[in-house]
Amino acid sequence: MSATPAGTFREESGRVAGDLQHRRRIAAAMGKYETARGPRQGAFLSWELGRQALADTKWEAVNRLDEHLERFEKEATARGTQVHWCRDAAEARDAIVGIIQRVGARRIVKSKVMTSEEIHLNSLLESLGFSVVESDLGEYIQQLKDEPPYHFVFPCMHLSREEISGLFHDKLGTAEEHDPEALTMIARRVLREKYVEADIGITGANFVVAETGMISITENEGNARLTAALPRVMISLVGIEKVVPRLGDLALFLPMLATAGTGQPLTCYNTFYGGPRQPGEADGPEEWHVILLDNHRTELLADPEQRDALHCIRCGACLNVCPVFRAIGGLSYGTTYQGPVGSVITPHLRGLQDWKHLSGASSLCGACTDTCPVKIDLHHHLLHNRRNAARERGGVERWVWKAFSFVMRRPFLYRMGMRVARWGRPLHAALLEGGVLDPVRAWTMSRELPELAEETFRERWKRRGGG
Amino acid sequence: MTVTLFVPCFMDAVYPAAAMGMVTVLERLGHRIDFPEELACCGQPPFNAGHWAEAREMARPVLKRLAGAEVVVIGSGSCGAMLKVFYRELFAGEPEEAMAAEVAGKVWEFSSFLVDRLGVTDVGARFARRVTFHDGCHGLRELKIKSAPRVLLGNVRDLELVEMTEAVETCCGFGGTFATKHAAVSTAMGEVKCAAAVASGAEVVVSNDASCLMHLRGLLVRQGVPLQTLHLAEVLVQS
Repeated sequence: MSATPAGTFREESGRVAGDLQHRRRIAAAMGKYETARGPRQGAFLSWELGRQALADTKWEAVNRLDEHLERFEKEATARGTQVHWCRDAAEARDAIVGIIQRVGARRIVKSKVMTSEEIHLNSLLESLGFSVVESDLGEYIQQLKDEPPYHFVFPCMHLSREEISGLFHDKLGTAEEHDPEALTMIARRVLREKYVEADIGITGANFVVAETGMISITENEGNARLTAALPRVMISLVGIEKVVPRLGDLALFLPMLATAGTGQPLTCYNTFYGGPRQPGEADGPEEWHVILLDNHRTELLADPEQRDALHCIRCGACLNVCPVFRAIGGLSYGTTYQGPVGSVITPHLRGLQDWKHLSGASSLCGACTDTCPVKIDLHHHLLHNRRNAARERGGVERWVWKAFSFVMRRPFLYRMGMRVARWGRPLHAALLEGGVLDPVRAWTMSRELPELAEETFRERWKRRGGG
Repeated sequence: MTVTLFVPCFMDAVYPAAAMGMVTVLERLGHRIDFPEELACCGQPPFNAGHWAEAREMARPVLKRLAGAEVVVIGSGSCGAMLKVFYRELFAGEPEEAMAAEVAGKVWEFSSFLVDRLGVTDVGARFARRVTFHDGCHGLRELKIKSAPRVLLGNVRDLELVEMTEAVETCCGFGGTFATKHAAVSTAMGEVKCAAAVASGAEVVVSNDASCLMHLRGLLVRQGVPLQTLHLAEVLVQS
């Protein structure tokens, strides 16, 4: 493995891109997604107007982020919720560990929380001796496999039933079982015990509602409800960009999130959490803590060009349609957020120079931007990241482009270049092509070079005597 | 009308027949061709690589020369998008900002120029082959061109147009320097697109973007697949 993120990415993406089994499996899964999603989008009066409405609401939320978050805090604390403002991963980890230690907890159950991947919470809690169990089936499988989520909506979509069965057999000692429902029942049996034993439930949030001081979680397994309801303390770790101004906004966000993400009309469970157990109530956690996580989001907020990346509702649609994601899979990225949106925001969250390669690894086809339900200008932001990175550090490449520009702007040099290419081509074919010294080996390894015409258009034009 | 033709380097060297096809079609329709041969590149390669100062340096003479044109026609959606969409961003806040906006209004991709600007849907061509059409991403998503080339192909005598049913509107994987910087990824994407073109049952893949054709052809020839690649303009001059 290479030491730098760029080196690791190069190795992994290259390896997976050539894995035909992976390609077939992901194409099949995404094909099902597309088949489900198409008609569901058609069920909206106008999917396009819906996208604009979501984008407008997010624009409003993000451009007055401070006001909406403070409103959320005011409404939430009025019902006994404790709100923690955390500038970075370290503060969030300290806040969470502080709560766990104060209440003397040992066992923790988690529903799907991408922000916890961002702050590497599981490894920290395990190193401190706590037991942490993922309750989302896909996340649980990835946890057993000791592998990060492959896709932030479908964490284990790259695994076959047989592989999951083998994993359960190895880790849980269960019999080989290839029926999906039976596999689910195995996980369910294990997880039900964990909910009952847990002292702490950690959740994320799909939306933070400023107006009512609530969070909204959408899910298909009911695991988040159990994670929130059974343990005596609930912690919700949420990125600050998850805020929406009004409860009514969710009337459009919830169905569009489900349709964009999974092709469903709505996810199976949509729950609003409004506070810890109130006097006279029979159930719910005794304490509820909401951790509002910045972790470089305000830096993205400070960039007017790319601020709309904070609109992201983590539906995963851009991953699903991305031909690069389909080719290289989610693990190659080495990031919490994979696919186009991950390539856009990771340089902001984790450093431009270390993560600029993700913005380079795109043909800029724009399928992501076309599909994004909140209209983030994703593929143009990849261009912006490339520009910002090159402006900061031009490197050798700048000189290559300077030379290219010098030649292309001088017809004499351009003509000479064309001649050299035409004369050199047979020599290249005879001596170098496909070998280790081939200067265009990156192309010729898998593709034939374009055939140079005997006469360029400019030569023909001249011969013809112009227009 | 006088049509200024922009012929980028790869069309000049690899697809002169396509550029000549554009000349033929436009002249048959009674237009005069103005060809500024000194303009070999719009600056998209350094622009996409993030080197915008160098891209501006390349784009400036293009902009100045095209500012005097009546209309500008380009046989590649990719270069077309650069001139029509990205120059405006590249020159935002620069002295040439207004000029970039003015030129953007004059630039047309070839098929869109015929159908949307001239209202020409039938150029009298005949081509007895089964053809599938590949949308170049820049043409499709930056310039929103989807129907114009299909309308033109639909009116070619004896031509049977079959749409791909897989990887519809999916990128061919070229992406300029991406094709060599991330060769394995680009190849994998191209293989998916080639498989879709083959599955369509077509004998010829046609596109309005010469750069995509260059990539698809490179893959198809290497794979030994007898699927021909042609630029739209090459089809429209067949008789």
